Amino acid sequence: MQQKSRIQSKTVVIAASNIDTDQLMPARFLTTTTRHGLGQHLFADWRYDANGQPIASFALNDPASKGAKILVAGPNIGCGSSREHAPWGLLDYGFEAVVSSQIADIFKNNCLKNGLLPVVVDEATHQTLLHSPGAEVVIDVAHRTLSIVGGPSTTFALEPFAQYCLLNGIDEAGYLLSKADAIRAYEQRMGL
Amino acid sequence: MSGLTLFEKIWASHEVVAETPSTPAVLYIDLHLTHEVTTPQAFTFLRERGLPMRQPQLTFGTLDHSTPTLADELYGRVPMKHPQAQRQVEQFVKNCAEFNVPLLDVQHPNRGIVHVIGPELGLTQPGKTIVCGDSHTSTHGAFGALAFGIGTTEVGHVLATQCLLQRKPKTMLIQVDGHLQPHVTAKDLILAIIRQIGIGGGTGSVIEYRGEAIRRLTMDERMTVCNMSIEAGARAGLIAPDDCTFAYLKDREHAPRGAAWDAAVARWQRLYSDEDAVFDRTVTIDASAIEPMITYGTNPEMSVAINERIPTKTGDAIFEQSLAYMGFKPGQSLIGQPIQHVFIGSCTNGRLSDLEAAAAVFKTKSVAKGVTVLVVPGSAQVKRAAEALGLDAVFKAAGAQWREAGCSMCLGMNGDTVPAQQWCVSTSNRNFEGRQGKGARTLLASPTMAALAAVHGQLMDPRGVL
Repeated sequence: MQQKSRIQSKTVVIAASNIDTDQLMPARFLTTTTRHGLGQHLFADWRYDANGQPIASFALNDPASKGAKILVAGPNIGCGSSREHAPWGLLDYGFEAVVSSQIADIFKNNCLKNGLLPVVVDEATHQTLLHSPGAEVVIDVAHRTLSIVGGPSTTFALEPFAQYCLLNGIDEAGYLLSKADAIRAYEQRMGL
Repeated sequence: MSGLTLFEKIWASHEVVAETPSTPAVLYIDLHLTHEVTTPQAFTFLRERGLPMRQPQLTFGTLDHSTPTLADELYGRVPMKHPQAQRQVEQFVKNCAEFNVPLLDVQHPNRGIVHVIGPELGLTQPGKTIVCGDSHTSTHGAFGALAFGIGTTEVGHVLATQCLLQRKPKTMLIQVDGHLQPHVTAKDLILAIIRQIGIGGGTGSVIEYRGEAIRRLTMDERMTVCNMSIEAGARAGLIAPDDCTFAYLKDREHAPRGAAWDAAVARWQRLYSDEDAVFDRTVTIDASAIEPMITYGTNPEMSVAINERIPTKTGDAIFEQSLAYMGFKPGQSLIGQPIQHVFIGSCTNGRLSDLEAAAAVFKTKSVAKGVTVLVVPGSAQVKRAAEALGLDAVFKAAGAQWREAGCSMCLGMNGDTVPAQQWCVSTSNRNFEGRQGKGARTLLASPTMAALAAVHGQLMDPRGVL
């Protein structure tokens, strides 16, 4: 996993509430057996029309959004299916952080496992961000702060172990594997 | 000190390493269910790191999501419609063979939807921790197991260590008093609960369902309720095991036998929330006030009783977009709404009792002209049991299609899809945009209401006609 301590970028805003993972990555793209190349299918049914042409009014098709690394979404993004193809698609597209007032549990976990930062902000900050697409934002992982450049700043919650993994560019697998003795002891106790 | 909730009892008995402020708990997983869609990259992780599987006998594999429901395609007499799906199925078979994971291959007489076969085979048991790379793993909570969906990275963690790193979730009690009225089903109950607490209402929580109405539910019905806990955003749904649970499990293939059975039941009988246990949040529901439900929008919270009108939310652009997608207007009544497709199946409502409920309707009347009906059993066992009762003949005589087991039109991965702008009454769990095919309009309902819509070609209130 890539080390991540600071993200600075303009934002893209997709204000819809309850953006489910079927929207982020429709099921017909889940037959892949790798993690790669899913960025082209991100938001496929909102991004392209029936003929595969970009829908101009959709935020990701706005030329001004090109290069943005921070996605600001309406409340409860990532609800529904556990498909990790959703964060894989977001990362492959170029996003490094997803910001909302509420982020669904499994999706949030999946983001953290891949170094895509889920940022849950307070209602007021969320409203400000939703109403200022393209705003320049700085996210500091070490201090857990999100600052709108030239505007307000806020702190956000980040599970300490996930934060440690992000700051050091390591994944959880190594830590779990280092607990082999404790796992063996548990299995013996349970007769496994 | 207050007592413990059912969740806390299961959690405590699976902590390999307790959580600290800086590290999550290491939680032991008793049963890992796997399927072809969310595992290929996890097996790749094992290969890349040169890791063995820690406990291959605690993982079970089945093929369900991308598998065809037409027998010729499923059994390889003709190629699958989607070559990429075929490759994914073949890759999973190869992965299971290489890592010694027991697999219910396409030919296996017990293959089926992962959340139907776990209980059916007696793999799902009270007090277990159960995970699967699938959000509807919450289904298994109906047995008093702590069961939740995980992503593919976590699937890899379980394959390699049989453990997960987890922070302890919050607890929510949903107390369902009274009992359900005639023609009101477990599906209506859970849709009503989701409407009340909201699609994100259970986020961060494990829900325990309790109360008279829950006690009176069969295991199939409890599974329908727990299955859709994720549609309220919950990590898991739980129902304390009782005699109904034990009777279901007795003599199942993987259930304990003889003295081990007696010991297991004695252990399972201690799995309940103590009288003085404290929940982070409690919601009380009056079961007798619930009516047959139908969704009208693009998430499972957007539902009404069948005799209610679609609400009006002036100035709510997202709500209006959702209605526009569905082809509905605020204030509209749904009774009499024409429909073109009906799907009966899925891990929510694809068990034998669901098929029996649908067949009871198809016995009286044939499928209406212009309506396509797919009946897809949740497993090969459900299929055989239905055929032994002659239900297949009822469906076919009525003009419905009787298919092979699988997830099918619930998510349309396997080619079973609904065309754009057409309405489908579905017994599945999600009415998200495009869930059943690009542009498809899904209305979630019980098997009874879906079957009634099939034979009338329009939505009906079961209370008026049954």
